[in-house]
Amino acid sequence: MKIKSLDPRVSRLELDAVDKQPDAVLKPEEHWETYQVFHQRKRGEKHSSVGIVHAPSAEMALVFAKEQYGRRGETVNMWIVNTRDVLAMDYDDYDVFATTPDKMYRDPAGYKVNDKIAEFKKSNLHV
Amino acid sequence: MYGGGYIHDDQKKKTDITAEDPALLAEFEARIARGEKIEPRDWMPAEYRRQLIRMIEQHAHSEIIGALPEGTWITRAPGFRRKLALMAKVQDEVGHAQLLYSAAETLGKSREDMINDLINGKSKYSNVFNYPSKTWADVAVIGFLIDAAAIVNQVANSKGSYGPYCRALERICYEESFHLKQGHSIFVYLATGTPTQRAMVQDALNRWWQPIMHFFGPSDKMSQHTETLMRWKVKMASNDDMRQQFLNMYVPKIREVGIVIPDPNLRKNPETNMWEFTEPDWNEFYEVIKGNGPCNAERLAVRRAAEDNGAWVRAALRKADQHYVTPLA
Ligand SMILES: [Fe+2]
Ligand SMILES: [Fe+2]
Repeated sequence: MKIKSLDPRVSRLELDAVDKQPDAVLKPEEHWETYQVFHQRKRGEKHSSVGIVHAPSAEMALVFAKEQYGRRGETVNMWIVNTRDVLAMDYDDYDVFATTPDKMYRDPAGYKVNDKIAEFKKSNLHV
Repeated sequence: MYGGGYIHDDQKKKTDITAEDPALLAEFEARIARGEKIEPRDWMPAEYRRQLIRMIEQHAHSEIIGALPEGTWITRAPGFRRKLALMAKVQDEVGHAQLLYSAAETLGKSREDMINDLINGKSKYSNVFNYPSKTWADVAVIGFLIDAAAIVNQVANSKGSYGPYCRALERICYEESFHLKQGHSIFVYLATGTPTQRAMVQDALNRWWQPIMHFFGPSDKMSQHTETLMRWKVKMASNDDMRQQFLNMYVPKIREVGIVIPDPNLRKNPETNMWEFTEPDWNEFYEVIKGNGPCNAERLAVRRAAEDNGAWVRAALRKADQHYVTPLA
């Protein structure tokens, strides 16, 4: 029995119910590779990572990205990078940065001399 | 749309949490308790991964199937403005499916496998899309109330623990607010229109009210316990809480334009401050999940035909040296 729909365009397709058809199999990678999308909202702002698209080439990825990530709001530019070409750090390696916030000698706030100056001004070394 | 509150789970596939490395598990749970996100290549319990794939995948399927009952009305939308809005909305829903499939992919299930499971009838999606959209007023009720229900669910989930899902949901929720607004606009225009228009929107609500009450899933009293999923911030709000929140926000908006909710027992109890209502028919709910709803067969057949019809395009564009890697985020 063919699918009967309220929508005549669907009925005209004369589709069989899925359970009466052999299993459909999309082959692995039939939906291509993935590309990371970077989006710039305004001139002067940075490009930010907004997500991925599946595409057969960088050119097609850009076409899809314009639809997926640029269809509302502002956009001035986009970049596309094949996910394969991104070398990402492991989250497990984050501990190499664990002490970075403590490195006050790299930080302007790590340099406080006002106390010294005040003390000096009060002392008799100050003439 | 539309990750409903109800996510189908095959209990036989549950994995044993006690088999996990206790130190790693403790570290993982502490991270979530601190409010930090879990990212794709982090260690995670097998059960967390399985539950997230199941949930995000069903959410993605709901978006892409959800485009069908409304998409059918694009060519018959009354006027150019409504047609543009509906096209934009339906495109958003398909876009949501893509964002969600991407989030699920980061957990290790390929998009091809997810779509295969959908078009072979192995995966579930939100039950509401197995009902027909008979008139233009159905577009109003879906866009207004089903998107509203979905927003309640998606806003809750966007505060969950899995980074890629939260990021996808943030983007999705922003677009959903447009869906709700355009649905509400159609709803109000019909409800404040001619007697025929009012009757049309009333009829649509009468048909959709039960599926809407089903949307968040059975009462918490009836469903298996979800403590672990709550602790892992996979499930963010109980079915009953979400349903109450939805009724609080939208019952007044339906009534203010003189449309009657087809449940004589629906009222807010002033003592408990909770909504009381006639329990929807949960047998029907489970029958539809099993595939016996009015449109299950049509939805799957149409989705599969779309995939079949695109096969030659995908094959023509495929490059010999392509090589899939799991997306990063
Ligand atoms: Fe929506
Ligand atoms: Fe959506």
